[in-house]
Amino acid sequence: MLQTRIFRTTFLAVTLGFGATVQAADMTGAGASFPAPVYAKWADAYQKATGNKVNYQSIGSGGGIKQINAKTVDFGASDMPLKQEVLDKDGLVQFPTVIGGVVPVINVTGIKAGDLRLTGEIIADIYLGKITKWNDKAIAELNPNAKLPGDDIAVVRRADGSGTTFIFTNYLSKVSGEWKSKVGEGTAVQWPTGMGGKGNEGVAAFLQRIPNSIGYVEYAYAKQNNLAWAWLKNPAGEFVRPDDESFKAAAAGTDWSKSAFGEILTAQAGKASWPISGATFILMHKVQAKPAQAAEVLKFFEWSYKNGSKLASELDYVPLPESLVKQVTASWSNIKDASGKAVK
Amino acid sequence: MSHMQAKGKLADLLFFNLTRTVAFITLSLLGGIVISLTWSAWPSIEKFGLGFLTSSAWNPPAEDFGALVPIYGTIVTSLIALAIALPISFGIALFLTEMAPTWLRRPLGIAIELLAGIPSIVYGIWGLLVFAPFFGQHVQPLIAKTLGKLPVVGSLFSGPSLGIGILAAGIILAIMIIPFIASVMRDVFELVPPMLKESCYGLGGTTWETVSKVVLPYTRVGVIGGVMLGLGRALGETMAVTFVIGNASLLGNFSLFMPGNSITSALANEFAEASPGLYTAALVELGLILFFITFVVLSLSKLLLLSMEKQNGGSAH
Repeated sequence: MLQTRIFRTTFLAVTLGFGATVQAADMTGAGASFPAPVYAKWADAYQKATGNKVNYQSIGSGGGIKQINAKTVDFGASDMPLKQEVLDKDGLVQFPTVIGGVVPVINVTGIKAGDLRLTGEIIADIYLGKITKWNDKAIAELNPNAKLPGDDIAVVRRADGSGTTFIFTNYLSKVSGEWKSKVGEGTAVQWPTGMGGKGNEGVAAFLQRIPNSIGYVEYAYAKQNNLAWAWLKNPAGEFVRPDDESFKAAAAGTDWSKSAFGEILTAQAGKASWPISGATFILMHKVQAKPAQAAEVLKFFEWSYKNGSKLASELDYVPLPESLVKQVTASWSNIKDASGKAVK
Repeated sequence: MSHMQAKGKLADLLFFNLTRTVAFITLSLLGGIVISLTWSAWPSIEKFGLGFLTSSAWNPPAEDFGALVPIYGTIVTSLIALAIALPISFGIALFLTEMAPTWLRRPLGIAIELLAGIPSIVYGIWGLLVFAPFFGQHVQPLIAKTLGKLPVVGSLFSGPSLGIGILAAGIILAIMIIPFIASVMRDVFELVPPMLKESCYGLGGTTWETVSKVVLPYTRVGVIGGVMLGLGRALGETMAVTFVIGNASLLGNFSLFMPGNSITSALANEFAEASPGLYTAALVELGLILFFITFVVLSLSKLLLLSMEKQNGGSAH
């Protein structure tokens, strides 16, 4: 009896001790809410495959930047790429993970998804309050067959700060000089007109309720809710529709090497490119105090690039093109430990 | 015996120090919050100074910030809420304590208290999806046709009937604070000694005379406390307001139909995505201003109570 008990205790102690030595890696990240669903999916699949755990907190890009600078997380995430100067100042590196797009959506009686053609200039003028009627000459000329009402356009936009707004206003700044000088780009801007809904769902709620309205939402949201999207003219002069292919084309037509991956995929060259695309980014410290931990994070993203494409597509995100993944993984040699040795 | 006394003294001393520590921890927490808010808001305070309070700009890309629009939205929505909630809550409390048949008092009272337990986000979603469309289609056109035609006041009720906006936010807030004010009023009305009320009735007083001459003077402190509780809640309410206020940082005109912004909804909407630096500092300064507004409201109500007690020589209570 006593012997069995001793045996049991020893056995327990040994298993516990053993458990402690091979404990699975536990990583934390925080930031952008736009890619949160796909990071959660990847983390779940990664844990099943390797036993390592990734905790991602969707607290917003601004929060992600603050957390990585405070070193409370292993990686931060932002929808807005940081400029080279900022990366250098804070000792950070960034790399893209998935691509998404922003889609102009409308609610005009009789006009269905894909019935309307728009250009960036027209959208900028609508959001500046210069084009106020649906049958404005600029819109009518592009859409001779559409039955456009003479009603006022109700402008809907995001009320909360968001990466979606950043990509959208970045695009408008590129296509309209007036927008650039009067409003500019950012996660939140001083809108000249319109009313603000909270989140994609808030914009969609206003859009569905208010007749003759226009808004902008993430592609995944527009697709899953069957909102009426419009064709957009890209810089190559082609009218394109928002889908995986046109987002991928925007990413493929971009030279990522010159800007520390800080590319915003708006108004990109290429005949098939959707003009309001954008990637979302991971931020990590260049010099790692805990190199083993950083290596685990990189392993997670390497695994996700290799095995996570299908999961991303299921959630209507667009995986990075193969060539870009190669550039990203090559750039990881810049993440080093205190002695200057690459962590991975 | 003396041993027991000594023991009691030690316990007294311990208890005194324990309670004192707890009280001072609360006080230092309050001080800590003020200091850390001021610290984080400093870049914005330094840059904009007092102009922050009077500027209606809110332009993150240009880093030009001012608090006028959110301050206006916060104060106006809370005042609308109070103007609607006060008479309704008074009526509810009056009915429950003086006029309702006894069997109805308890279930009605509980139902009103249950309203206070509904999470504010539910009010927000209901406000956006149910109340705002109805309000915009049926109520606003009616207000515009009647009140909107009046001189001076009319400009407050002009503009398109969007449903959402400052007026809608004020009404949602009113619905949210009615249960608070009503249940406090009912509780204090019930504290009035029946003898006092019966004396009034005995002298031939009507219900209204009893309430206005006996019940209200007797419960004044409690009633004002309840109103302040409601006002405090309205000033700080975030989610419900964010959904229906329209979130526009523009102060084109003073119409209550137009979308606006409040301090809390600006914080809730923009804090998570705000870039570090001046933008975040300006948002924190908004928080500091709200803190200040609530502090002023509380102090004013205390002063009001003090002056009323002085007038009556403290006889009412």
